[in-house]
Amino acid sequence: MEAGFSVLIGVFFSVAIYLMLSRQIVRMLLGIAILGNAVNLLIFTAGRLTREVPPVIPPEVYTPVEATANPLPQALVLTAIVISFSFFAYLLVLAFRAYQELGTDNIDEMRVAEPEDEQAPSQGY
Amino acid sequence: MAGSSTSVDIANAMHVAPVAIADWLVIMPSFVTIAGGAICLMLRKNTKVQPFVGIGFLTLLVAVNILLMAHVIQHGVITMVMGNWLPPFGIAFTVDALGATLSLIASIVAFCAGVYGSVTVDNTNRRYGFYPFLLFLLTGVSGAFLTGDVFNLYVWFEVLLISSYGLLVLGNERPQLDGSVKYGILNLIGTNLFLISTGLIYGMFGTLNMADLTQKIAALDPADYGPLSTIAALYLLAFAMKAAAFPVNFWLPASYHTPNIVVSAVFAGLLTKVGVYALLRIFVLLLPVARSNMSEIIVFLAIATQIMGALGALAQNRLNNMLGYLVIAGIGSMLGGIAVGTQHAISSTIFYAVHSILVMTGLYLVAGMMQMLNGSYELRKLGGLYVINPALAAVFLILSLSASGLPPFSGFWAKMMLVDSAFEASHPILAASYLISGFLTMVAIGRVWSFAFWRGGPEGTPDGKVAPAVAETSGKLPFALWLPVLILTGIVVYTGLQPELLMELVLRGANGVVEPMGYLRSVFGDPS
Repeated sequence: MEAGFSVLIGVFFSVAIYLMLSRQIVRMLLGIAILGNAVNLLIFTAGRLTREVPPVIPPEVYTPVEATANPLPQALVLTAIVISFSFFAYLLVLAFRAYQELGTDNIDEMRVAEPEDEQAPSQGY
Repeated sequence: MAGSSTSVDIANAMHVAPVAIADWLVIMPSFVTIAGGAICLMLRKNTKVQPFVGIGFLTLLVAVNILLMAHVIQHGVITMVMGNWLPPFGIAFTVDALGATLSLIASIVAFCAGVYGSVTVDNTNRRYGFYPFLLFLLTGVSGAFLTGDVFNLYVWFEVLLISSYGLLVLGNERPQLDGSVKYGILNLIGTNLFLISTGLIYGMFGTLNMADLTQKIAALDPADYGPLSTIAALYLLAFAMKAAAFPVNFWLPASYHTPNIVVSAVFAGLLTKVGVYALLRIFVLLLPVARSNMSEIIVFLAIATQIMGALGALAQNRLNNMLGYLVIAGIGSMLGGIAVGTQHAISSTIFYAVHSILVMTGLYLVAGMMQMLNGSYELRKLGGLYVINPALAAVFLILSLSASGLPPFSGFWAKMMLVDSAFEASHPILAASYLISGFLTMVAIGRVWSFAFWRGGPEGTPDGKVAPAVAETSGKLPFALWLPVLILTGIVVYTGLQPELLMELVLRGANGVVEPMGYLRSVFGDPS
């Protein structure tokens, strides 16, 4: 199952990178959303995949005797989901505001902070 | 079994003794700032009171950090685990001399920014949350410096990142929105790379505690170094993006000049250095083998970053853009120390980081004052400042000489140690690049000095004359602007003349990451 998941993660990463290479901010944001999911899947897979086993061990033993689920990756993924979700929401609003103010969602045309015709410093007094 | 109450012996998994009062200090920097931020958020609309509350909490933060520092000096590395779980199960906060030093310096810089911001940040932006964001930013920065857990480090990175987003768009002007888009997207990709490598390292070792990882990686069979090198390369890319190292540095000059100057000052001081700190922790403490394997690559990146930064600074007409490039040049110097990786080199990197935090923040704050007197950041429009405010000229000169590494200021010792360590490890080209970038920095800054301070007015003013507009300016600046600048300059001059104190701290800090026995013993207790 790990191999299948690895391929899936690879597909997610390639889609994300393809979208992030685009000039349109909306596409880049979609890429970032997919990238976040790819990372979550990666952590989930890295922490051992198991099916239908509880993450508990009986009270009389100290180490698991049979297969147990690993609860930690789920905690990590949960944290990462919350973070990437909030960042995505923020970036969406930011992109919309930038579109309103700058009139474009093409990053090549966003040259307000770094104007193309910026003067060089003078060479003498 | 069912229904019967089974008593589980938890002494194997948990600290049963209560935490010593002094050890609570470990989490106090994060706690103070998060509480202060929350209170400032509640006082959002009360713009008169907010600065007092904000600066009050920042003062408290400095005090807590001084206590923490004293505690670390007295007792060595200290560890506190959340929920009393024994490491490596619980999230550990582990403070050594490196973390404590940087956390203290960061809090001083934040205090300075808080005071300076009480003048430059207007009521609208106070209402939009300058002080809460500043405090939350410090929550992230202190947490990152103090934590002993890789995933927790990622969480603190995100805390400081989201606060920096808030600070960056404060004011909502067109250039800010433009800069924020670039800063926001590129930095988010950087932290995602960090998360990817953290997920992989968890998959490989099954732990995220730094001390535990250090042991497990040291015990790894050399045949299994392959995956580790991939992880290390991902970490290098992630932290290089955070630290603005060449060739992933272009988000910095695109965004750092857009917000209020005090926000730029905090960013220039703290954010990139958190990336350098993470490199120190992950590369030197956790992955020493991978670091020495990649040493040549990091040397190349260091040289390219330094030269690119210094040349970029030379090409800028606007003072605040130019300072952004100087930040990048400084990052290159720190990378050089990490590339060499001997104890001497690491201590010089830490020294340089402390110096750079103070000096770059100071320079940005001074640039803000120059803009207030002259009405522009453009070198072509600056002039005559020496006539109207000689004290500002003196402060600028001290900070800029320190930035280019001239004695008798803090930058001299930092550069000297770096050059020395590069020669020791027979990297003469790296040593030369420190000096060349210092020289180019000197040229860039000398030009600011002669344009903004030395000549009588903006471009076109005849030689030897003072422009009438300049002569009429009173040149007075409020005390709340002077205080932070004088604090920072004072520390720069003090460490220049008396480097022993800081030298002692950075030696301990470097010792802690190069020879991690003390760090491991603090987390796992004495081997018995």
